[in-house]
Amino acid sequence: MCEAESAASRTIICRCEDVTLEDLRHLLERGYTSPDELKRVSRCGMGPCQGKTCRELVVAEIARYLSKDPGDVALPTFRPPTKPVKLGLIAGGCSHEK
Amino acid sequence: MRSRASVVIIGAGAVGSSIAYNLARMGARDVVVVEKKFVAWGSTGRCAAGVREQWGTEINCLLSKRSLGILENLEEELEYSGDIEFKQKGYLILAYTEREWEQFKKNVSLQNSLGIPSQCITPEEAHSIVPILNTEGLLGATFCSTDGHCNPFRVTVAYAEAAQRLGVEITSHTSVTGLIMKGDRVAGVRTDKGDIEADTVICTAGPYSQLIGEMAGVSLPNYAERHQILVTEPVEPLQGPMVISFSRRFYCQQTPHGGFIMGMGDPNEPKSYNIGQSWQFLEETTRVACDILPPLKDLSLVRQWSGLYDMTPDSQPVLGQVPGVRSLFIASGFSGHGLMLAPVTGILLAEMVLGMPASTDVSMLDVGRFERGELVMEPSVV
Repeated sequence: MCEAESAASRTIICRCEDVTLEDLRHLLERGYTSPDELKRVSRCGMGPCQGKTCRELVVAEIARYLSKDPGDVALPTFRPPTKPVKLGLIAGGCSHEK
Repeated sequence: MRSRASVVIIGAGAVGSSIAYNLARMGARDVVVVEKKFVAWGSTGRCAAGVREQWGTEINCLLSKRSLGILENLEEELEYSGDIEFKQKGYLILAYTEREWEQFKKNVSLQNSLGIPSQCITPEEAHSIVPILNTEGLLGATFCSTDGHCNPFRVTVAYAEAAQRLGVEITSHTSVTGLIMKGDRVAGVRTDKGDIEADTVICTAGPYSQLIGEMAGVSLPNYAERHQILVTEPVEPLQGPMVISFSRRFYCQQTPHGGFIMGMGDPNEPKSYNIGQSWQFLEETTRVACDILPPLKDLSLVRQWSGLYDMTPDSQPVLGQVPGVRSLFIASGFSGHGLMLAPVTGILLAEMVLGMPASTDVSMLDVGRFERGELVMEPSVV
């Protein structure tokens, strides 16, 4: 393993799901070149941080691979909620209306 | 993109990918899959990832039993290097009303007669299988230990990549805009990237099948219905089986990854292609979840999304030739169960298209049954 490959295998892109830069590059080479596709095959961005940490890193890596401007890479679909909320809080929130 | 194919499959969800692989495996050449977005984008990639054999009709029991058998060895069969996360921790189906308890007893006796190891159990037994279950109001439950989970993306990608290795072309980000008709025969598809002539066209477009039908001038019975779903943060294993209640329209399972996936059907959901989310869904679902499985109240919601059930009037798929349109086949209308029936559907459709004898008789699931009034009602759907 050359030094760059070794560094890529040690560079974590998605810390919630343990996806490394090396994993990401392998998937790009297999043809998964949009954030939504990468999310489905690697779980990248599906953890408790909701992709807030890795989103820009993934987009930057896709842009580099496709020789595009990062601004031209479609972002992954944003899903509610904006921040994780406990189920009991949401469920409890409905009862005081009664 | 090829301009000529023996078979064009419309839609690269679990069903389309499985048919493509099985066609190629059985010797078909020049198979092309046309996909509007990408592999597993639609209903497959949005589903709750459950697989079960506990059904209320004989044909669903038979098809799901074969599918589970295929899933058990799928990674080897498809030479998939990843993990499809196939887990057999069972499905626990809760009975809260006398009416459903009576139906469940009939279902279990049917399932047992077909070799499916389901059983009727008491609320106490249910509690010992799922210790976090609140048994208040529970009359009984059915449990089948071989039911379970698989990862929808991975299963579909495994089929799609295996199909590609056998020479199938999967054309992503390409929309079918029309069908090439020659008299009463379909002779190919028109796409936004050009035409593809074909001897046979198979519609596996899920909830969008009705739109494909319109292109051939036929009215298919399918309609789209949004179903919402949510997932929590991953935690240590708390719940082995999928827990379902039909009368409370609720299901919930903990995936092997650790997150809890759950959803509820809404009886007032209109027919539409809406795949947005609502806050009402969160309120209703979390309330039922915290009641049936109280410890879930402390888990954080990470994400909510929705997908389309591809419904038919009897909640059963439509499989086979489209009446009045030669060379057009359909495998859709799975009504929320396409992923779990995809493995066997791939084999059955490949047999039909290649003119081979059917390994399971699915003639009762043809498109024409609705006109004939011969519906095969499935009672066990959330």
